Amino acid sequence: MARAFDWLVPRPLLTLTLAIVWILLQNEITAGMAVFGLILGIIIPWGTSVWWPDTPKGFRMGKMALYSLVVVRDIIVANIEVAWIVLTVPNAKLKPGWIVVPLELKQPEAISLLAGTITLTPGTVSADLSDKGHCLLVHVLHTDDADAVRDEIKNRYERRLLEIFE
Amino acid sequence: MTSETLLLYGATLALMIGSAFVIVGVLGLMKFNDPMTRLHAPTKVGTLGIGMLLLASMLKSMAAGDASIHELLIMSFLFVTTPISAHFIAKVGIHLRACDTPPSPTQDDTWSTLTTPQKNQQSAV
Repeated sequence: MARAFDWLVPRPLLTLTLAIVWILLQNEITAGMAVFGLILGIIIPWGTSVWWPDTPKGFRMGKMALYSLVVVRDIIVANIEVAWIVLTVPNAKLKPGWIVVPLELKQPEAISLLAGTITLTPGTVSADLSDKGHCLLVHVLHTDDADAVRDEIKNRYERRLLEIFE
Repeated sequence: MTSETLLLYGATLALMIGSAFVIVGVLGLMKFNDPMTRLHAPTKVGTLGIGMLLLASMLKSMAAGDASIHELLIMSFLFVTTPISAHFIAKVGIHLRACDTPPSPTQDDTWSTLTTPQKNQQSAV
């Protein structure tokens, strides 16, 4: 039974996500739509599994939910901070700069999640990855202390992501 | 005051906050004078601005008695795609040397954008 389940639903989370997206697209919840969403959620991962051979094994859903809350809170704070910088800091006094963040994360999924988080939060945009994937290049809009920003990225986001993808 | 009125007031407030953030985003895009700093204004301020506008749309549909959840989907797609487009614009900036040269990485040889064979480019990093 367990093997049949693994064969039918190799990625349960992806199946669930696709089913939920389908239901949201319909904008109403009916049994028929839920079943069709589930069918799509089974067919799509099955048909596309060739293109993602190494999916992460461990993925902690609870920690991910907590992480999303932290990120949403940071996005709101970031928006106000960046809006304040746009309105008050003149161009001549702006101190943009590059930061190099050495990565402890190994999985591509985890690194892209970190890069996405960095782009969505306080005055930082992730710009590039080093050729073998051990460093992330981040651009900061306005900072006095680049090392502090790097440490914040490592402590606040990367540590949590390391716990999510073990 | 009925709940419908409250929802409409909420929608109005969300619309106002959202539009304010969108205006700030546009101002930032016009004000900054280098492609990398310009990139910051629309990626940040745009997410909350559009998020608030979508929230207003949800509250309005709730007030009309026909709750809509499409907006959640739009918001999540936006949050997934914004970093990717920002990343590509940044890569183009680095590739065309339109910004300050980034410092070399601490652990690997170079940045992946700079590993392509360079013709007609004198400044090797």
